[in-house]
Amino acid sequence: MLKVNKIYSLKLLIPAAIIYGLLFVFPTVMSFFFSFTRWNLREWTWIGFDNFKMFFDDPSLLIGFKNTFIFAFVTTILKVIFGLLFAVFLTSKIKTKDFLRSAIFFPVLVSTIAVGIAFSVLMHPSEGLINEVLAFFGISGPNWLGNPTLALYSVALVDVWKGVGIATVIFIAGMMSIPKDYYEAIQIDGGNKFDAFKNITLPLSRPATNAVIILALIGGLRTFDLVWAMTGGGPGFSSDLIASIIYKQYQAGFYGLSTAGNVILFLLVALIVFPIFKMLTRKEVDI
Amino acid sequence: MQQPLNDKKMMPQPEHEKNKNPKKKVNFTKIAVEVMAVIVVILTFLVPFYFILVNSFKTSAEASQLSISWPTEFRIIENFTEVLQAQNGMLIRAFFNSSIITVSSILILMVVASMAGFILQRRTGKSISVIGAIFLSGLMIPPAVVPTIWVLERLSLFKTMPGIILVMVAISIPFSIILYTGFIATIPKDIDEAAIIDGCSSWQLFFKIIFPMLKPIHATVIILNSVQIFNDFVHPLYFFPGADNATVQLTLYNFMSMYNTSWNLLFANVLLITIPPFILFLIFSKKIVAGMTAGSVKG
Repeated sequence: MLKVNKIYSLKLLIPAAIIYGLLFVFPTVMSFFFSFTRWNLREWTWIGFDNFKMFFDDPSLLIGFKNTFIFAFVTTILKVIFGLLFAVFLTSKIKTKDFLRSAIFFPVLVSTIAVGIAFSVLMHPSEGLINEVLAFFGISGPNWLGNPTLALYSVALVDVWKGVGIATVIFIAGMMSIPKDYYEAIQIDGGNKFDAFKNITLPLSRPATNAVIILALIGGLRTFDLVWAMTGGGPGFSSDLIASIIYKQYQAGFYGLSTAGNVILFLLVALIVFPIFKMLTRKEVDI
Repeated sequence: MQQPLNDKKMMPQPEHEKNKNPKKKVNFTKIAVEVMAVIVVILTFLVPFYFILVNSFKTSAEASQLSISWPTEFRIIENFTEVLQAQNGMLIRAFFNSSIITVSSILILMVVASMAGFILQRRTGKSISVIGAIFLSGLMIPPAVVPTIWVLERLSLFKTMPGIILVMVAISIPFSIILYTGFIATIPKDIDEAAIIDGCSSWQLFFKIIFPMLKPIHATVIILNSVQIFNDFVHPLYFFPGADNATVQLTLYNFMSMYNTSWNLLFANVLLITIPPFILFLIFSKKIVAGMTAGSVKG
């Protein structure tokens, strides 16, 4: 028997560890320190919790905190619902499934900025295609991106449009792995299609659902580019997310405040995603 | 589970769901539902792309109506040359920069992530699983922006091509390691032992024997990361600023303010930068879907 340490030398790990350690782990660790300072990349002054206090006192910053929650949960819920719906349809016996799957998946590969620009035009209040279609049916469409209470949700809808393809293919992969016998069994027991969905598809798609929820939550909490391309956080600060505030503060030269935003985002992701991950995986059903 | 299955086999017509209703009626509603679905999907998922396409062909005046109608006057060549020449050929420079960044970071990534994946998969023990967990945490944790700039500046890599390339490698390492470890788990360890007995060092074992066996997963890593890195907007925005340093996604963003009324040119730009991922999608859609769902379903 050969020694494992000799065959699998840790030296092979070093290049990845250096790049990842230096440009990802180290900055993350240092962000905890710099979030307590006022600094300009060269000199820093310790200011204690001031940056964090400012984040939670200033309404224009606090709104980003609230919006990030809303955005992450709204997009996650919609991606689960539509992804599940599309996947059920696309795993049934239909002829056009390859075409439909490709059409739904393609936006995943298009750049977020391109999607954001296209939709900010399509959502134009008077001349945009969406409101023109609504007007055709006699509905007067809202000012999707110009209305402060609506803007965040409009961006969330576009995020769902762009990302539902991933949710769909994950659900499809999960459903394909369910043994066919189960469906045959429920048919013989006299169950209809809905029974099959409720008693077989839904519980046995649990691992896929968990994957979609976790991925969508992580993505939603960290979103920046779509908001930036569509509203720039506006009107006012109404659609700002933590990630867009990090950028705005960085641009304004408030590096300590920007880093505090980063730390808050880190804690938010950890505090939301870890417990949900634990909770979901505990309830998982074994096939 | 066996009992009902056996009953089933004895039945003459094992067809799905068709025993309840008369066959023709079911087929009709099925076709109607399918046609409806196709229409809805085309309207919601493909019309936006069609909109971009036709408007990039129009004159500036016609495009400003933001309509989906067929162009009355085609300005394809004029629009695309104008976009390519804008700001002293910024878009061409951006394509060049983005290509260099994408290709170099993927080449580095393939080597370092596969080596790390090999060791993380093969070795066991507490310390190695801690290291593995640190690598995987990068899937979740948002990169710390300003401290990264601080590190890059200390290394004199801020606003430089090597700097942005290394940042791209760093943020792509976690997902690539997942892909590699998943694949390496299917390679039997006997191969490693045989190679060592034949006198290979661990470097030789990896580069002469294991690395070439990873071809299918290298392909997945290349395709997924090239889409990701080529489409990335946030990291170049932070770590590679400056007019000469433009990347394709940033040109779009810069042109947005510049072309505030020339939608035809903006859409021509959108179209040009969507072509590379579209080509990848046409050729490799199966591989992309498989790669993106890899690992996620098992939790």
